[in-house]
Amino acid sequence: MSDHIVTSYDDDLKELAGKISEMGGRAERLVEDSIAALVRMDMVKASETVEKDTIINSLDQEIEEKAVLTIARRQPMAHDLREIISALRISVDLERIADLGKNIARRTLALEGKKQPKQLVHGIEHMAELALTQLRTVLDAYTGRDDVAAIGVWHKDREVDALYNSLFREFLTYMMEDPRNISFCTHLLFCAKNLERIGDHATNIAETIYYLKTGLPLEDRHFEENEQLDLD
Amino acid sequence: MQDMTPINTAEASERRAIKISAKEVTVHYGAKQALFGVDLDIEENQVTSLIGPSGCGKSTFLRCLNRMNDTIDICSVGGQIRLGDINIYDPKVDVVELRARVGMVFQKPNPFPKSIFENIAYGPRIHGLCRDKSDMEEVVVSSLQKAGLFDEVKDRLDEPGTGLSGGQQQRLCIARAIAVSPEVILMDEPCSALDPIATAKVEELIDELRENYTIVIVTHSMQQAARVSQRTAFFHLGNIVEEGPTEQIFTMPKDQRTQDYITGRFG
Repeated sequence: MSDHIVTSYDDDLKELAGKISEMGGRAERLVEDSIAALVRMDMVKASETVEKDTIINSLDQEIEEKAVLTIARRQPMAHDLREIISALRISVDLERIADLGKNIARRTLALEGKKQPKQLVHGIEHMAELALTQLRTVLDAYTGRDDVAAIGVWHKDREVDALYNSLFREFLTYMMEDPRNISFCTHLLFCAKNLERIGDHATNIAETIYYLKTGLPLEDRHFEENEQLDLD
Repeated sequence: MQDMTPINTAEASERRAIKISAKEVTVHYGAKQALFGVDLDIEENQVTSLIGPSGCGKSTFLRCLNRMNDTIDICSVGGQIRLGDINIYDPKVDVVELRARVGMVFQKPNPFPKSIFENIAYGPRIHGLCRDKSDMEEVVVSSLQKAGLFDEVKDRLDEPGTGLSGGQQQRLCIARAIAVSPEVILMDEPCSALDPIATAKVEELIDELRENYTIVIVTHSMQQAARVSQRTAFFHLGNIVEEGPTEQIFTMPKDQRTQDYITGRFG
C-alpha cells in the first residue's frame, strides 16, 4: 500500500506494528522458557520467567496508549482503522499468552522437589511445540499480513485441542493408578490447559489478521465452508 | 441465521424510494469536460454525501441537481436527471419552481442584507406561498425552529441577518432554504467556514432534517461524511468511482482509489 501524504502517520502505524512484533517475540520466548524450566525443573529459569512478564505488560500498556493517541490524532479510516484496532486486539491476546506462560513457570516453582514421571512431561513438551508453532506461524502471518497463513493457523487449532484431550485422559489414568501422582498430575494438567489456551489466543490473532486484511470476521467464512462440506 | 441480517438491512435500504435519478450526466465548461457520464440514484429521506479531491466534479454535479449551472454561460449539461417523474432539464420546466423544490445552502453563509425575518420571508413571498401576514409569520417561525435557530434570535427578528455569528448565519440560510418547503436540500460544504461547535449544530440539524427532506451534501471532511450521511459517492476525475452505504465506503471500500483517498494516501 502506498504511503500517507502525512508521513508521520505512517511512522505511527509502523511503530505500532513494530511494538506488536516485539511483544510477540517476547511472549513466544517467555512460553518457551517456561516450558524449558518445567522440563528441566530449572527453578532459577522459572523465577526469571515469572519476572519477565512485567516487560510484556508494559508493552501492552504502551501499545494501548499509542493506539488511542493515533486514533485521536489521525481519525483513521478503513484499512488504517483496522490496523490500529488489530494492534489493540493482538496486544491483548499476547498479554494473555505471556500470563499463561508465567503461570506455567509458577507451577514449575510449586513442583520443586517432587518426582516427575518423564513420559508425562514429554506429552507437555510435545503440546508446547505445537502451541508454539501455532504462535510463531500466526506472528509471521501478522508481519506478512498473510490471511491465508492465518486461516491455516485457525484450522490447525483442532490439533492442539485434540492433543489436550488425549493428555487429559493420560493424566487421569496416572492419577487413578497411584494417588501419589495426583498433586503432580494436577499441576501438569493445568500447564496443558494453559498451552491449550495459548493455542486459542493464537487463533484469536489469526482471526484478527483475517479481519485486518479483509475487513470481514473469520467466523462467517468458516460458516460458509461448513455449509459447503455438508452439501458435499 | 445471524449472518443474514446485514444482507437484509442492505436490501431494505435498496428498497428506499429514489428521489433523484441521474443518468449519464456530462458537463462541459466550454471545451473542458468536467463530468463524464455520472450515474447516481439519490434515495428519499436519506443524506447522500459526495466526496472526492478538489476538481473531481462533485460540486459541479451537485449544481446540476437544481440547474445552478444554467447561470454559467459556457456550461453545458448532457444526460438526464429526473426528480420524481420530471426530467429537470426539460425545456418546459420552470427553473424558479425547480429551485423551490430543490433548495441550496452554500459554503459561505450568504444571508441577504436584510432583517432576519425578511431573509426567511423572501422566498415564500416571491413564490406566493403565504396568504397573509400571520401566515408568513408562522412560516418564518417554524422555519427558524426547524433550523434550530429560533430560540437564539426570537427577540431580534428585525435585526440584520448579517449581524449573526457565522454558525447562526449558516443556520439562517438553512432556515431560508426550508421556508419554501423544498423536497431536496443541496449543501455545498456547509460547514467549511464554521467552527467545530457551529459545525456540530449544523450536523445535528442535518440529521433532524432528514426526516422530512432528502439531503445531498458535498464535503471535504471525511469524518463529516461518515457522521451525517447514509450513502456516500466518491468522485474522481469527473466520474463516480464508488457509491454505496456510508458505513461500507468508510470501513471496507471496494475500490483502491477510494481506499487511498479516504485514508489520506492520494498522490
